Amino acid sequence: MVEMTYGGAIRQALFTAMAADDDVYVFGEDVAKFGGVFGITKGLYEKFGPKRVKNTPLSEGAIIGEAIGAALYGLKPVAEIQFSDFITTAMSPLIDVAANYHYRNNASLPLVIRMPSGGGMRIGNFHSKCLEAWFYHVPGLKIVVPSTPRDAKGMLLAAIKDPDPVLFLEQKKLYYTVKEEVEEEYFEIPLGFARTVRAGSDLTLVTYGAMVGLGLEASQEASKQGISVEVIDLRTLTPLDEATLKTSLAKTHRAILLHEAVKRGGVGGDIASLLMENCFEDLAAPLLRVGAEFCPVPAAPALEDAYLPSVEKVLAAIDRVMKY
Amino acid sequence: MELTPDLLKTLYRYLVTTRTLENRVATICQSQNANDPLIVGKGYLSAGQEAISVGAAHALRQGDWLAVGHRDMGAHLVRGITPQEIFAQYFCRATSLTQGRDENIHFGCTDKKILGFISHMGASACVANGLAAAMKYRGDPNFVLTTFGDGASSQGIVHESLNYAAVFKLPVVFIINNNGYAISTPVQEQFAVKNLADRAAGYGISGILVDGNDVVAVYQNALKARDHVLAGKGPVLMECKTMRMCGHGTHDSAGYVPRDEIEAWEKRDPLLLMKEQLVKEIDFTEEADKKLSLEVNELIEAAWQAAAKASGPRAEDLLTGVYTEGNLSDVNFRGRSRML
Repeated sequence: MVEMTYGGAIRQALFTAMAADDDVYVFGEDVAKFGGVFGITKGLYEKFGPKRVKNTPLSEGAIIGEAIGAALYGLKPVAEIQFSDFITTAMSPLIDVAANYHYRNNASLPLVIRMPSGGGMRIGNFHSKCLEAWFYHVPGLKIVVPSTPRDAKGMLLAAIKDPDPVLFLEQKKLYYTVKEEVEEEYFEIPLGFARTVRAGSDLTLVTYGAMVGLGLEASQEASKQGISVEVIDLRTLTPLDEATLKTSLAKTHRAILLHEAVKRGGVGGDIASLLMENCFEDLAAPLLRVGAEFCPVPAAPALEDAYLPSVEKVLAAIDRVMKY
Repeated sequence: MELTPDLLKTLYRYLVTTRTLENRVATICQSQNANDPLIVGKGYLSAGQEAISVGAAHALRQGDWLAVGHRDMGAHLVRGITPQEIFAQYFCRATSLTQGRDENIHFGCTDKKILGFISHMGASACVANGLAAAMKYRGDPNFVLTTFGDGASSQGIVHESLNYAAVFKLPVVFIINNNGYAISTPVQEQFAVKNLADRAAGYGISGILVDGNDVVAVYQNALKARDHVLAGKGPVLMECKTMRMCGHGTHDSAGYVPRDEIEAWEKRDPLLLMKEQLVKEIDFTEEADKKLSLEVNELIEAAWQAAAKASGPRAEDLLTGVYTEGNLSDVNFRGRSRML
């Protein structure tokens, strides 16, 4: 075990996967000698050379196209989209080709698209959005949103092995702010399993990605008022670990859905409906959502803070649900 | 490669087979029962431009990949897709290449190294790059042939793909079927350049302008392009000028095309041109032509009737294969977490 940052764990996963399998290669804008704008691919070029670590033109559509073709040919491409916001220019190959390729053509596409996602870094709307709800709506894609260094490493290795297209949404605010002890050797954390981060009995707080830390903080505050909050980190949105949610709800009877993406049309709304449809008898209170405000991501600290979910917003939701 | 009499006759045979098959598609569309149609959706025919598809596909070798466009029935046939498989696809049968999940020309075949058709114009170009990049990565001496229309050439992804392939010197031959119309929009409303092949210079790659109605010219230029990309000299943009001698689909009578334009191109019908060449250059007679027509016609009749007898897909198979493991419930269940 060695202490790794979230970003360092992702880098470690890439080193490990590439060393283990010659079919794994990495490409994207500025990923070679520069190591990517967040430094995640640093050192890969020196270790594996230009064939396996390559800069691309500034062409997200062409990058996704390469990933699809290479995967169809039998390689295991790992493409980087510099900021998840930039995927907008590559939606057609991703949605119209990659997502439904197996269903229509009976051929697997084992590709991974790494996308630094999310805000809190004061870098404005073009570089801070959380777009997972768009992809959650698409059959055929898998969506991973790790919140810890260990999950990031183990789930990236699992994603690279996975036979289907996987979107690996890295929470860029966590890159250098979160650290933990992680195994140095190869290991996988299978996709589709949520993690109960904190056990509780009064309310289930369902969250993922950068909001896991915020949810924990809010749950600690709530405990001071005698409210026991169970915090569940979904880790993957597709496949979704429905059983863990059901088990938790059968115990707590109340739930709040928390995510960094804007609340309107977000994943939280869908999961809330899913829980209502399937856990109807277990519910003692309506489900509430906490998400970002419905506006483009602003840059000024005061504005971005007001836009993002906060401990106060989560506590207000907990209070409302508990008083129902 | 030497233009032997056998090769010339083979090219002609594929032209005739393509035309006959697609004529049958058109007549089924016209005559079928609207309440219980045999053909699901519409027919998308390549009448007038079969030479591009047939000629180009002849440049492919076993390990090469094909990423087709809208009007590449000829290439599918050359690549070994059978007429019966094509009719099964048109009829959305369970036995079709997409198991009834897609219709008409929206198919591919991994076993035969044909990329599944992409209806979003031009997107096949970026995937072709990926296949070519993988060939280069593995050191395989193969290339990718991809085709799309003049309309698709207006799409950003096509420009991105040409630039991307140029930068990495990928073994891809991009063929533009310039058939005069993008559905109803004439080429002068699509682009301001005279020839689309001229764009090649802007990407730093080779461009070739070819008579798209001359199957031999298409074949020879495709071979030349193949040698070029395999020599590591970068991709080739090949424009084949032709004319779509029908509507965009069987639902479109092409009333927007001036009559004299059609008449002018009819005189240059690729089947007619090739037949004339056969008669002139080798021992090919009207009688041989009639015999060929009859043979092909029998083949096509047997094919569509056999395909019509096959069963359709079952509703209970709706959700299988969304993921490699099955549907989302299966994937969730494997993760011990199916709720329903």
